[in-house]
Amino acid sequence: MPSLNVAKEQLVAVCQFLKSPEGGAYAMLTDETAADYPKREKRFDIIYHLYSFQGNNRLRLRVQASANEKIPSVTGVWPGANWLEREIFDMFGVVYEGHPDMKRLLLPEEWVGHPLRKDYDILRQDEAWVKTNLGIESGQ
Amino acid sequence: MPETTFLDANELVINMGPQHPATHGVLRVKLKLDGERVLGTECIIGYLHRGVEKIAENRTYAQFTPYVDRMDYVAAVTNGMGYVEAVEKLLGVEIPPRAQYTRMILAELQRIASHLLWLGTHALDIGAMTPVFYTFREREEVLKIFEEYCGARLTTHAFRIGGLQYDLYDGFERDVSKFCDYFLPKVDEYEQLLTKNRIWINRTRKIGVITAEEAIALSVTGPVLRGSGVKWDIRKAQPYEAYDKVEFDVPVGEHGDTYDRYVVRMAEMRQSVRIVRQCVERIAPGPIFGKVGKVLKPPAGEVYHSIEAPKGELGYYLVSDGTVNPYRVRVRPPSLINLQALDVMSRDHLVADIVAIIGTLDIVLGEVDR
Repeated sequence: MPSLNVAKEQLVAVCQFLKSPEGGAYAMLTDETAADYPKREKRFDIIYHLYSFQGNNRLRLRVQASANEKIPSVTGVWPGANWLEREIFDMFGVVYEGHPDMKRLLLPEEWVGHPLRKDYDILRQDEAWVKTNLGIESGQ
Repeated sequence: MPETTFLDANELVINMGPQHPATHGVLRVKLKLDGERVLGTECIIGYLHRGVEKIAENRTYAQFTPYVDRMDYVAAVTNGMGYVEAVEKLLGVEIPPRAQYTRMILAELQRIASHLLWLGTHALDIGAMTPVFYTFREREEVLKIFEEYCGARLTTHAFRIGGLQYDLYDGFERDVSKFCDYFLPKVDEYEQLLTKNRIWINRTRKIGVITAEEAIALSVTGPVLRGSGVKWDIRKAQPYEAYDKVEFDVPVGEHGDTYDRYVVRMAEMRQSVRIVRQCVERIAPGPIFGKVGKVLKPPAGEVYHSIEAPKGELGYYLVSDGTVNPYRVRVRPPSLINLQALDVMSRDHLVADIVAIIGTLDIVLGEVDR
């Protein structure tokens, strides 16, 4: 699958172009996800998988971001990105700019921490939340 | 006297779920209502979140295979198939034809089983009691074949990275052909109950309409997208296994309503039987495992692989750093992404139709929450 690296400033413009007929008519955002590389200066990779019905081909876009950088939301281009970006915020703590409803998707809203970051241990949990809401010492 | 009372407010928010029989699991929906009319919905999900993607990073490639069965637990075979194929793509392994056809047979049987479960519960939600007894009877026959093949009925763990763990048992082809002969007339039987049933038509026609443009914008895939008239099926568009060697049609709807999606899924079950029959004819003795080492260490790199699961596009995005553990595993769950369309589909409908719309989306909360 061809892959493109995009600067975050150009992201929305690039997406709009790719969606248009001249850009290849990538009408569907199949998936949006992220990956964490804590040793890098820009630790997050945001990965977009696009699909074009016309050309029957897929394209991967990649944007890099550091922990306190905001990423422009692509919900304006593909409304389907809404929940996907919320999930990335939930799991990685990446904040999107221009997202209509930036809050957690899967975890409880008061949860502290972002589990898919590499420095979040697999046994870790928000102990205070578990104690208050479930009334148990540990969920493990 | 207060100037306004609660009677003046024409907007009411009520809660549905997470414990509600028609939400097919632990889905919670906040409904904003004006009388009986739905103004908007908000889904609250995550009650079944188990952190599957985090678990994957702490397991080896092979160790993670059984976990994927627990996402869409009514279609475990296709879940496993997507994952093992993604790892095979990462490793660059070819698998032998016998394993390919076996996988296709089991995957299509799984599609039938998944659609049967959908049909039974969807009809039950809408108020037709009978179909669920019929569909579970036929689903049982599929599960018996699974049990005979790999010892499990639900979370099958049927495939291994590189091929199959078990060769087919004696009489597998006979059992599968027998099932196909037995099953096709049963689909007609379901259709007799529902297709021209006036209550069924009234409850499903023009309910939960989603246009093709809306569906594509919301990344909706699978039977829901095809119900809106988009003739797109990954088995045809980007074939995997040996789907390019078998003949089948891609049924599509026209209006994008609940009834059309019903018609599409019924037709899909017939097409699945057609695929299974061709595979049974072609399956020949031979090896069942490709050239895979004892220790799986894919080269550093990334891969995205998706298959047509019963519910839509099931994708796996894997990142390898060259060690035995995957660096990142992302599952693109069709149920989650299709569920996002609930809001669009339920606007201006009545409360009772919400149940029909959740049913027609065919979600499994194990996969929505992962």
